[in-house]
Amino acid sequence: MLLHTNERNYEKKAVMSEQITGAKSLVLSLEAAGVTDVFGIPGGAILPLYDPLMDSKQIRHILVRHEQGAGHAAEGYAAASGRVGVCMATSGPGATNLVTPIADAHMDSVPMVAITGQVPSSSIGTDAFQEADIRGITMPITKHSFLVTNPDEIPRAIAEAFHIASTGRPGPVLVDVSKDALQALTGFNWPTSIDLPGYHPVTRPHAKQVREAARLIVESKQPVLYVGGGVIRAKASAALLRLAEVTGIPVVTTLMARGAFPDSHKQHLGMPGMHGSVAAVGALQKADLLITLGARFDDRVTGKLSTFAPNAQIIHADIDPAEIGKNRFVDVPIVGDLSEIIPDLVAAVEAEFALNKRGDYEGWWSQLDHILQTYPVGYDFPTDGTLSPQFVIERLGIISGDGSVFTSGVGQHQMWAAQYIKYNKPNTWLNSGGLGTMGYAVPAAMGAKVAVPDKTVWAIDGDGCFQMTNQELATCTINDIPIKVAVINNNSLGMVRQWQTLFYNERYSHTNLHSDRIPDFVKLADAYGCHGLRCESQDQVDATIEKAMSLNDAPVVIDFVVHKDAMVWPMVAAGSSNDEIQYARSIAPEWGGEE
Amino acid sequence: MSRHTLSVLVQDQPGVLARVASLFSRRGFNIESLAVGPTEVPEVSRMTIVVNVEGAPLEQVTKQLNKLINVLKIVELDPTAGVSREIMLVKVKADVESRSRVIEVVQLFKAKVVDVAPEALTIEITGNPEKLTDFLKVMEPFGIKELVKSGMVAIGRGSRSISDRSTRPAEKQGERTA
Repeated sequence: MLLHTNERNYEKKAVMSEQITGAKSLVLSLEAAGVTDVFGIPGGAILPLYDPLMDSKQIRHILVRHEQGAGHAAEGYAAASGRVGVCMATSGPGATNLVTPIADAHMDSVPMVAITGQVPSSSIGTDAFQEADIRGITMPITKHSFLVTNPDEIPRAIAEAFHIASTGRPGPVLVDVSKDALQALTGFNWPTSIDLPGYHPVTRPHAKQVREAARLIVESKQPVLYVGGGVIRAKASAALLRLAEVTGIPVVTTLMARGAFPDSHKQHLGMPGMHGSVAAVGALQKADLLITLGARFDDRVTGKLSTFAPNAQIIHADIDPAEIGKNRFVDVPIVGDLSEIIPDLVAAVEAEFALNKRGDYEGWWSQLDHILQTYPVGYDFPTDGTLSPQFVIERLGIISGDGSVFTSGVGQHQMWAAQYIKYNKPNTWLNSGGLGTMGYAVPAAMGAKVAVPDKTVWAIDGDGCFQMTNQELATCTINDIPIKVAVINNNSLGMVRQWQTLFYNERYSHTNLHSDRIPDFVKLADAYGCHGLRCESQDQVDATIEKAMSLNDAPVVIDFVVHKDAMVWPMVAAGSSNDEIQYARSIAPEWGGEE
Repeated sequence: MSRHTLSVLVQDQPGVLARVASLFSRRGFNIESLAVGPTEVPEVSRMTIVVNVEGAPLEQVTKQLNKLINVLKIVELDPTAGVSREIMLVKVKADVESRSRVIEVVQLFKAKVVDVAPEALTIEITGNPEKLTDFLKVMEPFGIKELVKSGMVAIGRGSRSISDRSTRPAEKQGERTA
């Protein structure tokens, strides 16, 4: 397997035979792997690496304020661009601060390489100053990891790390390098090929399975394309659009797949799951066939698993064989890369059409259209004249437009951003779906803005999430990374509060953050050299957003002071069946149709 | 629940045992025994792992194991078409009175006395797990002072080697077979 290499650098560097330090070798390796941006913080064990890094003309190192910020920035960078994100930290606490973003990247299949310094090899195991067994700690949350103590092994470890992170099911790879390996002399030898005998991800789908899937598709009466984040990682959105249009089958996009299929498309039913649209949830429940593409039957989508899509046969296409049959029995498994599977599936369906076999979905669509019209995704305005958070987010999406990238934290604002912004392009909606990491938004937006500097990048954050990682605003201001942050400030840990309202008799235990008093987000923005704006009423919303759009010389933070009792609807309570979806509080939809 | 024996070929690299063991514990499986050692190929080690699980979860753990970069191949051994052995060293109370009776049992089981002390015999016995259990049952009345087992190793019968075999029969198309 040939390496994805920056050719120019490879030509130049491969001939170097003089002795250099392991640190220099690591910098040359990163350059050879094509790295242009790294997020990190130096410290004792990784100090030798930072010296030659200073001289690299290719690599821009962005000094963050907390290693967690470096990790999420690398994730945002990767998710916005499809390239491998890189973060760096020193041993011990530096490395352990990367644990959350590494776990996050593992859950959401984000290609990322984390490089950590380690104490000198002679000290490993002695509880030395700033020693932590980061390889051991991250073993269950990385796709793979390396501990390098021999400087000669640095180029191969880096080459393999980038290969593993970016191929197959993408994921985070950790490279832990001991300080003595960075300091010792070595020759630089960039490998020309990768030889990993235990790693051969299958990309070509099995033709027989694809034909079988096509047969089920034309025979089905009530099929649904259940689309997951894998479609975005596989860059298969164009192919998906073709499959949907050729077949005429309705589409649902999961939280991780928002943007994989245009929201403006008439076949799009919205997002399924705990806070999905009634149409999307209902379609899955009533389907006789699910064409599952890069999704994983996550509990937030299926609700109570035993009652999920009870009448559906399952086609499951995924790059990871371990996902197939993990949660739900599968009738037709297809292992491979979706960018190859979906075009093959289109061809196989067209072959069925040529034999005059074609699915008739007219009755299905009339049922779905009825649900779509009866239960559109929508919200009520607060009666006390305070600001509706859903309205703010909806206007943000409309005013900023299709070309923008949106990141979010985790909670109510995340769900509203998934529901009320119309995504029409892949890689424009970045969030922490699997791990649910509060604090993802600001650093991920920073990383995304570095990866796609020409795009407007919005971090839609909650007042709780924002206070977990907002120190990266300093990084943004100093490094000229003008992100825009919309703090949906409802004074509380909103999603937890919503659960307390619904399931804990309105006993609001420790969810009031008092963000109306402390901190003053406008002053905080000012302190970080950002533009700080505040918006408290509906008639100011558009003007405030437009003002933020016009400010590009520094990051912008808007404090949207919103109604604190707004809730996310629809909702399927945790552990309940999707059939028990509530359109609004205590309002269950009538599914309609022939039931 | 039923017993399954997995033969796992792995690259002999630091940390590989930890990766395999932690994967089992993270996915909620109890390993009954695990034995690891070198193979005919340098740099490749072989693990024999005995687990007690249902079929479907076993398929999941096998697939997860297969995702480990250092794992080269996994084969589930069919108990009827394989040979499995364990070695046990056991210290049995044996004074002048009982010694001859203990030695009689040792001979019946084709075991071996490897050390003699005034009050005890140390016995080495090899066999499948059932044989070792039976042996212990007979020895128990004499008094077992200490015992240690190696964990089971297993190999398929016939001329084919593990590198010729397909992976678990339950696995679907598209599996990595190295």
